[in-house]
Amino acid sequence: MNLGPIRFGSYAISNTVVLAILVATPFAVRWMYTSALWQRAWVELRERRGVVISAWVLLAYTAVALLDSVGGHPARRGPDGQLLRSADGQVIYEARGVTLLDLLLTPWRTAREKTYSAPWARRAFCAEFVRGPDGVLRKVYPPLKYPGRHPLGTDRVGEDVFYQALKGIRTAMILGVGATALAIPFALFLGMVAGYIGRWVDDLVQYIYTVLASIPTVLLVIAFMVVFGRGLPQLCTIMGITTWTTLCRIVRGETLKLREQEFVLAAVALGVPRRRILWRHILPNVMHLVIIASVLGFSGRVLSEAALTYMGIGVGVDTYSWGRMINDARMELARDPVVWWKLTAALVAMVGLVLPANVLGDALRDALDPRLRTETGP
Amino acid sequence: MAIQGRAEKVELGDCAVLNYLVRRFLYMVPILVGVNLLTFVLFFFVHTPDSMARSVLGDRYADPAAIEAWKREHGYDLPRLWNAQARGLGRVTRTIFWQKCMPLLWLDFGRSDFDQHSIGEAIRTRMGPSLHVTVPMFLLSFGVTTVTALWVAYRRGGITDRVVLVLCVAFMSVSPLFYIIGGQYLFARVFRWCPFSGYAPGLDGWRFVVLPVAIGVLAGFGQQVRFNRTVMLEETQKDYVRTARAKGVSEPVVLLRHILRNALIPILTSVVVTIPFLIMGNLLLENFFGIPGLGSYVLDAIQRQDFAVVRAVVYLGTLLYMAGLLMVDLAYTWADPRVRLG
Repeated sequence: MNLGPIRFGSYAISNTVVLAILVATPFAVRWMYTSALWQRAWVELRERRGVVISAWVLLAYTAVALLDSVGGHPARRGPDGQLLRSADGQVIYEARGVTLLDLLLTPWRTAREKTYSAPWARRAFCAEFVRGPDGVLRKVYPPLKYPGRHPLGTDRVGEDVFYQALKGIRTAMILGVGATALAIPFALFLGMVAGYIGRWVDDLVQYIYTVLASIPTVLLVIAFMVVFGRGLPQLCTIMGITTWTTLCRIVRGETLKLREQEFVLAAVALGVPRRRILWRHILPNVMHLVIIASVLGFSGRVLSEAALTYMGIGVGVDTYSWGRMINDARMELARDPVVWWKLTAALVAMVGLVLPANVLGDALRDALDPRLRTETGP
Repeated sequence: MAIQGRAEKVELGDCAVLNYLVRRFLYMVPILVGVNLLTFVLFFFVHTPDSMARSVLGDRYADPAAIEAWKREHGYDLPRLWNAQARGLGRVTRTIFWQKCMPLLWLDFGRSDFDQHSIGEAIRTRMGPSLHVTVPMFLLSFGVTTVTALWVAYRRGGITDRVVLVLCVAFMSVSPLFYIIGGQYLFARVFRWCPFSGYAPGLDGWRFVVLPVAIGVLAGFGQQVRFNRTVMLEETQKDYVRTARAKGVSEPVVLLRHILRNALIPILTSVVVTIPFLIMGNLLLENFFGIPGLGSYVLDAIQRQDFAVVRAVVYLGTLLYMAGLLMVDLAYTWADPRVRLG
């Protein structure tokens, strides 16, 4: 398929991030294979069927999110396919970007109906009154433009719901993963430094996260979003901040404990520089706690996006998200006959992501940190 | 002599509690100041009074004169931290920080930016409906989750345990929005068991409150039961439980008399830290069910860009949260006499 000229514009960052993820994944996998803790965890996890299924589902969601993050703005074309140019001969690009996912979903993305249509329907959901040749008004359900095309129906403006549900995945994944990714470096650095060095650094870091943690999370998020306005980057930042307080507390506490362990004392006695102790001895031993906390917090962030968007302080109006789908569809259950598909699609898509994340989070915790086991038998 | 000794001990204990309380209050001061500073920076540096005036007035009417007038009317025309024009103490007190943020410390919430109503007054009148929903929710949730966790802990390792755990994870994975929308649709619209939304004060209002309470309990059920179960199972591994069993104490008695009492400490913590959310009412629940509580107050404030209200509520929420944590610490001494305040 020849796409012609493409401008990357707003996709520059997400394209780079996806590239970085693709490059970093083999290294992360290698590290996990060489670490004894992860090797043992791996063996344990692989034996549980629920965990394996969850991992595959999460991988599928991740793949969709990655596909939806690579894209650009194609050049605008005229009806016969030639490039449109401005007065000074410049190529004009589409304002709305197109991602790889959009290209894959073209049959659903472009199939616009007039208004509601039920899943797999061949005729419109809303009746129209048409005057027949004999002059009598008749109630008819006109055939759809794309009969049988929409597996989950269309919404009020005739947009395909299946397409919207898939587009919501990227937003959810950005909040679930991106917020943590923002928080982890700060949490690790400040937490380890505070725990290891102590004194005023510790006091300062503790003070900052205590202040942030003493504001109930909902209210902190509300205050932040009211000031900075709705939008995905803002939401990601504030969720990163709230995640940071949790992670930093965990890292600091664990570092305090590790500092007194023999292997660290031995390193100190041997004259290993402080930076190296933190990097080689402390970091690998707090990493699993950070990963457990991140995975366990994942579902909370995905769920709160929907609630916040419903409250009017979530993602922007031009971002596809499950919260926006629910918000759009809030009055649809009041219609008669009921329009249930958009709401259901958003909620099912959310459960499909959150349930495996919860299962995997529990399993990771059990495998990596036996002290925190939920499944303690008699 | 013995009686005297006991009296002395009690007196000492009271003194320790008082001492502890005073220290905890002193410890709260820097944190409250920090929270105050944080909201101050957010609401007056990041988002300046000018942009606030513009968003309230609307872009069409926001000429410089109107902005100045709005700022003067609402008291935002002062310098932010330091008033060089004033004299003496006025340099500190005639500032936005002193006039708008410091009064929060003594619970003077000021007036709304939107229509000048007294925020303290509004909070007082809206507290009632919020409590009407959240107190039953709190008690019911505490009771139901504790009993379920006890039952599951009694049957640990069996099929009941397995099924309840799976159900808990499933419950946790569903958006609260689903419980609210689904519950409202099913019970209010299809079965018509209770009104769709609305509120009435007093006992007559129970019809309106039943569904929100039930939904609130359901939404928090999975997480809390799992937590309680974990805590209880941890207790079952302890020596005193083995001793009790070895002495032939029956399993229900071990659970109810020994394990429950000790497990109550962490359970209380996890429950009491949710108090700010309870007093705030559940934002979503109040909005969906048309209950005129604090939650819907916050949502209205967000919609109206009423920053004074958001600021006041953030501060109030923080205060309640910290009070909740303090209560947990005090509750520790009741649940476990070995815990010393210190």
